[in-house]
Amino acid sequence: MRYPASHFIFATCASLLVGCSPSEQAKAPSEAAQAFEKQLIKQFVLAKPGDVITIPAGVHPISRSLSLTADNVTIRGEGMDKSVLSFKGQIAGAEGILVSGNNFIIEDLAIEDAKGDGIKINEAENVIIRRIRTEWTNGPDEKNGAYGIYPVQTRNTLIEGSVAIAASDAGIYVGQSHNVVVRNNRAEYNVAGIEIENTQGADVYDNLATHNTGGILVFNMPNLPQPGFGTRVYNNRIIANNTENFAPEGTAVASVPAGSGVVINSNDRVEIFNNHVEDNQTANVIISSYFSAGFYTTASTADAFDPYPEGIFIYDNQFIGGGDSPDLMELQALRVAAFGINGRLPDVLWDGYVNTDKLVDGQVPADARICVQNGAAQVVNVDGPNNYANVTTDMTVHQCALDKLPAIELDGAFFGGQ
Amino acid sequence: MRLGLLLVLLLTGCSQPQMYERENPPERLSAWQVVTIEDGQLVPRDRVVPYDLNMALFTDNAHKFRTVYVPQGQQATYQAEDALDFPVGSIISKTFYYPKDDNGKLGYHTDYSGDFGAKGLNLQRVKLIETRILVRHAEGWQALPYVWNDAQTEATLEWAGDIKPLTLTDAAGNQVAFSYVVPDANQCAGCHAPNHTDGAIKPIGVKARHINKAYLFLGGQDNQLVHWQQAGMLSNLPQDLALVPRNARFDSEDSLEHKARSYLDINCGHCHNPSGAADTSGLWLHQGQQDLRRLGRCKPPVAAGRGAGHGRFSIMPGEADKSIISYRMASTDPGEMMPELGRGTVDRDGLALINSWINAMPGDCSTPGH
Repeated sequence: MRYPASHFIFATCASLLVGCSPSEQAKAPSEAAQAFEKQLIKQFVLAKPGDVITIPAGVHPISRSLSLTADNVTIRGEGMDKSVLSFKGQIAGAEGILVSGNNFIIEDLAIEDAKGDGIKINEAENVIIRRIRTEWTNGPDEKNGAYGIYPVQTRNTLIEGSVAIAASDAGIYVGQSHNVVVRNNRAEYNVAGIEIENTQGADVYDNLATHNTGGILVFNMPNLPQPGFGTRVYNNRIIANNTENFAPEGTAVASVPAGSGVVINSNDRVEIFNNHVEDNQTANVIISSYFSAGFYTTASTADAFDPYPEGIFIYDNQFIGGGDSPDLMELQALRVAAFGINGRLPDVLWDGYVNTDKLVDGQVPADARICVQNGAAQVVNVDGPNNYANVTTDMTVHQCALDKLPAIELDGAFFGGQ
Repeated sequence: MRLGLLLVLLLTGCSQPQMYERENPPERLSAWQVVTIEDGQLVPRDRVVPYDLNMALFTDNAHKFRTVYVPQGQQATYQAEDALDFPVGSIISKTFYYPKDDNGKLGYHTDYSGDFGAKGLNLQRVKLIETRILVRHAEGWQALPYVWNDAQTEATLEWAGDIKPLTLTDAAGNQVAFSYVVPDANQCAGCHAPNHTDGAIKPIGVKARHINKAYLFLGGQDNQLVHWQQAGMLSNLPQDLALVPRNARFDSEDSLEHKARSYLDINCGHCHNPSGAADTSGLWLHQGQQDLRRLGRCKPPVAAGRGAGHGRFSIMPGEADKSIISYRMASTDPGEMMPELGRGTVDRDGLALINSWINAMPGDCSTPGH
């Protein structure tokens, strides 16, 4: 398997005449490289508002995570295939770069082979991540770091033009944030390509998610400070996300079946529209509750947690192929039993859990329904609550519409009116 | 007697700790005049008081020589839960070192009780690594890492921290080789900002529950808080010491529960609390946390990545070997281990303690929810 970005790395190495095959990088870096690292850490530590920290072209071995706390700092390289921070020899720190400063910009560089996450931005307001690449250069591996690009508890975040490859959890993972735009990125060979989790207000569009285990995920997890709702996934290409799940057992995404295009788990008010979704072999879209995520017990989950996906609106997507070879044994059996040996699962697979406490006259309230207006696309309700006893493709409960969500606005001078 | 005291004051009058502008800290540790080298020993300066903790943060079995200084005529104010409230000009120092045997081998053991000798650290018997300074400015605390030279004559400010390859030898002769990592000045905030939103640096160890213990001062053994109060450094200490919280120690008669919770408190609670850097995990490990799920019992991971180590819950009651907390404590992989910083080896004693605690925990997580 080849990963296109690696070509550029080798080109960079050759032009600089530095030894940087993977095995050599793991050895002790040269004195010049050590001096560069020390100087770079010092720049991070002493950064003042307004500073621009530049990363010159070249592969720079870094052994400790780089930590930034100052506001209004920009980290800028010369291109995601030219300026490479290589953490192959990392001995300390749970991420490549850790940021907690506000008004933060990082652009035009690569973060490779971090021992933990590529870049984590913990609790910041106004963040731009632009044209960066996070990659584990050995390809999919359980031992890779969890997240490539990882903003958590942020407000106003733009991730665009970036590339995330081979994270053992999510390539681009936005957690517990408000007001997020993720656009024009490429996520490939991750377990989850792009994941929006416990986030309020996110637009995910014009991305390519391919060769992941699951393409684009919109999840809610329990026991966290805020539940997520209000995500729009549109104009994306979500193609052939059939890579075997290589997440470490125990993580939330370990339960995502290979061949998942879009997965909504426990999240509310999610819109999926105008996407090109093709050849995801389990299903092009999966809608599931926390009961199907493999963790739920009464002991594990706070009472306040809402495990049901509600208010889901799917329309005007282009679905091609997919559903023809589901990852899980029970889904494979279900496919054959319900749709024939050469049949395929419908485009939307739903685990069938509804909140029975909320039913009005036996019906799900209008604003909590799963509405599908997508031509011939069908929903299969696999009847999870009764162990797949009554599998149906009755579309009548899904023939409805929901109020459309507003676009996410990233305002102010910081975002340049974008 | 009085004349002698006066003489001491006159002789040492110029050697009290010094303050510097926040933007312009000294390059050399000695300039602070907090600790100094006298007769081959590292000793605290005048009015600089040594102290230690009940359960302490594990840092690769480094031994720690801690001092506190409060400007004359001022006091820190007692707080029951938070760190004591120190006045501007206060300086806390922590010197990390390893005991050295006759052959120069560094020891791997946790008993530091013999290290201090009569009044300080015998430099023949210890290898000094780093001294961290926490200084209280008007704007708040500042954290500064100083790294000792090999001759042990001076330590130099290293904003970027440092890496020191070390080998420790335990009592059985087993050797542990690792890279001791001196954190950079921003990483100090990784632990010392218990409120991650405001990012303000705070001391961790100088909470009442950590320092509420006896210490062998030059003048004899005394409770540290009482000693500080009598030295005029501390106000508002409750009359009844029984009202002052106290964490457990490894070598005490305290319950397993109290020891385990005290361990988690000092090793994890500065990040794993409702406003800390690890509030993203929903796992809260500070002392006083009562909700068992928040404490990790049957709590699924959120973003543990491969740190989950095939476990489904932070704590699986009765089964430490299936608990994520145990897995992450036993790992030295930077992408898996907890704490994330400050160690390159496993805290064997701490891991054994937490494993015993989890293994003694009743119940299970398997109650089906639906």
